[in-house]
Amino acid sequence: MKKLFRLISIIISSLALVLVLSACGSKPLSAQNVVTRAKQTNTITWGVKADTKLFGLMDVKTGQIKGFEVDLAKAITKQILGPKGKAEFVQVTSSTRMPLLENGNIDAIMATMTITPEREKQVDFSRSYFDAGQSLLVKQGSPIKNVKDLNKNGATVLGVVGSNSVQNVAKFAPKAKVLQLSDYAQAMTALKSGQGEALTTDNGILAGMSVENPGYVLVGGNFTKEPYGIAINKHQTEFRKDLNSALTKVEQSGQYNRLLKKWFGNVKGMHYKEMLR
Amino acid sequence: MKDFIDAYSWINMRYLFQGLGITVIVSIASIAGSYVIGALLGIIRYVNIRFISPIVGLVIDIIRNLPLLLIIFFTYFGLPNLGFRPSSIWATIIAMIVFESTMIAEIVRSGIQAVDPGQMEGARANGLTYAQAMQHIILPQAMKKMIPALVSQFISLIKDTSLATIIVLPDLMHNAQIVYGQNSTYILPMFLMLAIMYFVVCYALSLVSRSLERRLN
Amino acid sequence: MIAIFQNYGGLLLQGFGQTLLCSIIALFFSLIIGSMFAIFETTPVKFLRVIARIYIEVFRNIPLLVITMFFFVVIPMFVAKISGFAAGTIGLTIYTSAFIAETVRAGIQSVDPGQMEGARANGLSFWQAMRYIVLPQAFRYVIPPLGNQFINLVKNSSVLAFVAGFDLMYQGNVIASDSLSTMSTYVCIGLLYLVITLPLSYWMRYLEKKLA
Repeated sequence: MKKLFRLISIIISSLALVLVLSACGSKPLSAQNVVTRAKQTNTITWGVKADTKLFGLMDVKTGQIKGFEVDLAKAITKQILGPKGKAEFVQVTSSTRMPLLENGNIDAIMATMTITPEREKQVDFSRSYFDAGQSLLVKQGSPIKNVKDLNKNGATVLGVVGSNSVQNVAKFAPKAKVLQLSDYAQAMTALKSGQGEALTTDNGILAGMSVENPGYVLVGGNFTKEPYGIAINKHQTEFRKDLNSALTKVEQSGQYNRLLKKWFGNVKGMHYKEMLR
Repeated sequence: MKDFIDAYSWINMRYLFQGLGITVIVSIASIAGSYVIGALLGIIRYVNIRFISPIVGLVIDIIRNLPLLLIIFFTYFGLPNLGFRPSSIWATIIAMIVFESTMIAEIVRSGIQAVDPGQMEGARANGLTYAQAMQHIILPQAMKKMIPALVSQFISLIKDTSLATIIVLPDLMHNAQIVYGQNSTYILPMFLMLAIMYFVVCYALSLVSRSLERRLN
Repeated sequence: MIAIFQNYGGLLLQGFGQTLLCSIIALFFSLIIGSMFAIFETTPVKFLRVIARIYIEVFRNIPLLVITMFFFVVIPMFVAKISGFAAGTIGLTIYTSAFIAETVRAGIQSVDPGQMEGARANGLSFWQAMRYIVLPQAFRYVIPPLGNQFINLVKNSSVLAFVAGFDLMYQGNVIASDSLSTMSTYVCIGLLYLVITLPLSYWMRYLEKKLA
């Protein structure tokens, strides 16, 4: 009898726990106006990468994140909040950025995030601030020349959890096995230790990796178009408008081109002049 | 050899020590929090209060049978739904306290159970109240029995903070990954240093516990 | 919640299978290795005792993640390529074996030393006495703690997510970022872990009571 009671109580409580947790999961966001709050605190909190050279990389010396996206985020913050506006940065990875945005830990994501229709169901995007394309990074002298060479049994492609490049592999090389690592540093380390033949993601990120790892090169050109957008929560129309007009101002003032040249000017495999705005 | 000298440059080592600092701070906060809450939960479970103890017991059983990684996700991604947005450091500390206090509750419960029940009867017969007997007679003895289990749990806690790299806690593991992610010749030296640093911290704790045990006996 | 099970049932099942598989493989080998070091620790040979002590202390005091990443990242650079699943399982085996060694050693030492002496007096060698007299008694004593080690093993196997080991946690991360419903995905994953660990834990508690 006691056992039966215990069993029943276990089942009921587990169900209750599940209900509570799933109720939490579906609770609507506190739709606070980001612009109003940002003006009050004089700060915009950005989710940026810390493991991606050229875009956002942790500088071991200073403990600061540095890169094109970080600089652009600072410029946009100053356009919205004025010259004294502060940009705060929170490190994100491809798998943590969406929950962090929804939860309100960050106001906006500027973390090599491609504008895709599926994502647009969950978040809103600014207009594209960088036009990337998916490519491959391989060891110099590798027999892999383009994405078609990977479409065979036994080929292993490395990618990052939560990036849309791994989904594209299924489209372009359906026979290849895909290993999804937790961030780019891990994926690069896995490529070096031979866990896969190629690492796939957007060309800008790969170019940064090949700068740091001279034995590795980009091959096959871009096989997709990946326009990067600033992701923000739904229903933040004012914030989105502000971001777009700030981006326009940054572009018109020539600051955008200066940043592009600063970060991509000397990178092999990136034609920054084609990307000037 | 040159790889090792370069890898252990002052800049890299300073970055690793910063990570070690975070690991230690998070560990100390979690140990303190989970010890207090765990002991409380363990006692609640032992004294068998009607309705409360079975429910507490069930919650404990569910939490302690989940992977810590999942608890970390729940705190980091789930708590904001309740209106609290923790940083990765707070999320780790909270997750650690939630998870470890259930483990400690079990240790405390079985520690109390291991004390001869005759002790309680004797104390009550001598006019002590239940709470007095618990506080002055049972708990001190139980504590002595629990020390080895508690300490190995705390050591697990320190080691498990490394899992929080998944929510970008800037701890020792994470900082080492950042360093070797930027230069592949640093991979082996970094792993060696990681092993040494974690070993020193954990082993020091186990030495302290051993001397504590000796002094109590 | 239900939608997750419907849409990603195959992935969840695959992850569940891999988690179970790697846990069982790791349990099997860590039992063998752990018992071996436990016996080493109780032999009269000092050299073996020192070896066992070092092995146990080293691997009990280093995070599982460090050991696993070592096999995933470092070993392929210098020795041979191993998959994430293999790296994870090897890491789990080594890590758990250090804990099992401690458990089994305590079990061996709980057997009355007179048993060993008696067996030796009757002409059995140390190994024979160990194998036929001491170990069978020690194992009965250590079954509940070993069960708890197995539960820990299942939970710790989530470390495979870091090395693309295709286990439950890895699939959870993949599903969470694909479905974009993070919390409900992880609740599903949690339920699947509980399916393995909760019955085991109640069974162990029952055994503990029965054997005590």
